[in-house]
Amino acid sequence: MSDIPQTAKPAIVLGMRLQWEPAQEAHVLLYPEGMVKLNSSAGAILSRCDGVRTLADIVTDLERSYSATGLMGDVSAFVALALDKHWLELRE
Amino acid sequence: MSRTPVGHGLAAPNATVRASQAPRSASAPGPPLWLLLELTYRCPLHCVFCYNPTDFANTGPELGTKDWIRVLREARALGAVQLGLSGGEPLVREDLEPIVAQAHTLGFYINLITSGIGMTEARMRSLKAAGLDHIQLSFQDSTRELNDFLSSTRTFELKSKVAGLIRQHGFPMVLNVVLHRLNIDHVGEILEMAERMGAQYVELANTQYYGWAWLNRQHLLPSRAQLERAEETTRRFRERVGGRMQIYFVVPDYFETRPKACMSGLGSVFLGVAPDGTALPCHAARMLPGLQLPNVRESDIRSIWYDSPAFNRFRGEAWMKEPCRSCPERARDFGGCRCQAYLLTGDADNADPVCDLSPHHHLVTEAVARAEQAGSAAAAGGVREQALVFRDHRISIAVEPGDPARCR
Repeated sequence: MSDIPQTAKPAIVLGMRLQWEPAQEAHVLLYPEGMVKLNSSAGAILSRCDGVRTLADIVTDLERSYSATGLMGDVSAFVALALDKHWLELRE
Repeated sequence: MSRTPVGHGLAAPNATVRASQAPRSASAPGPPLWLLLELTYRCPLHCVFCYNPTDFANTGPELGTKDWIRVLREARALGAVQLGLSGGEPLVREDLEPIVAQAHTLGFYINLITSGIGMTEARMRSLKAAGLDHIQLSFQDSTRELNDFLSSTRTFELKSKVAGLIRQHGFPMVLNVVLHRLNIDHVGEILEMAERMGAQYVELANTQYYGWAWLNRQHLLPSRAQLERAEETTRRFRERVGGRMQIYFVVPDYFETRPKACMSGLGSVFLGVAPDGTALPCHAARMLPGLQLPNVRESDIRSIWYDSPAFNRFRGEAWMKEPCRSCPERARDFGGCRCQAYLLTGDADNADPVCDLSPHHHLVTEAVARAEQAGSAAAAGGVREQALVFRDHRISIAVEPGDPARCR
């Protein structure tokens, strides 16, 4: 999705928490009275959304970690979805 | 849930657990993801819709700090991750802070479910330092008059002050308002109050009829017209505020034709512990007859969750009767709520009578019709047949076994 600038710094919104749960062998996103169990791709992306790294940084890191190229489209589509669900917000 | 474009296996998150959507398998139950500790039945409020058992005053002594911490440790080891601390009013426990601190160290996401009574600036600060994640603050109404009447206290200003403290200390603001006939027409004002307070989440939870609410059912059931107006008001409000506020409108299931997937099925994700250590497969399970509920004083959480007859009683489908047993929807709603089936039909194995496939569905529609009549009679200045019963320690002591008011 082209409407998220590559310099945007996505971060988990206030009050939500991302953590690895050994019992579920997955990252989960915890929020008031809810929990989302994430698949490995979603976990890999969200765990890099620390409000410091830009979208471009995150994609570069993912491409290096997974020896892949051309992930920008998929990553920004997922970030857009996570923004829409109020899991992520963009920081300056 | 929608999926993002794939290509390298990048997909949208694949499971949401929010009371109604959880994987379920009879042969291998998953972990008790959701732990609720009812730290005490003591409460300064006297709410007419409280789901606590009506004979709460006759239960055993409260667990001590060490026992609660052992429960936390054992449940977390099994995979419990969402923690609710409620009651009664959990703030009456002076050891709330050490319990929160231990839970935080263990990795729980911690929700304090409170009326706000007993909260001070100092306690707010120490709870934050202990690692509390959020606070769910209850209001009875948007007006001081009805809030104070429904809780039989003068608490409205205090609650408003606590709402301010919640924001000041950087907690996400979650407001919970239990809806019923006496306040459902104020939904618009309630939502505006929530907006003024800066709430991020608002739960408009229609009363569920257990415990004290069951006693007061005829006074609390709204009319269908009230419900439809409230839903419409909520819809318009949602449109106006967009993503700034998440609003959950919990529909009263008496007006539905299919039951709620209660607790995602008993023994699936939820584990509650009552003040006296009784382990509960649902908040209201104490009322179910013949269910030998284990106690955390005597058993560890692993054996309670996986091995106890009470937690296995309603796992799978073998316990189901017709029409559930052969129903294509049984894997979706698990036959609905066991407590509601018991309260209305006298048999916890029956289909939840909210379902219009249940031969007992008329019990629900008749209750709604009676409430409509009572409501219009009251509105016309008629006399109430029976007074509202406020949750009260003395009344609770007087509730005897076999009493229709008994709810255990």
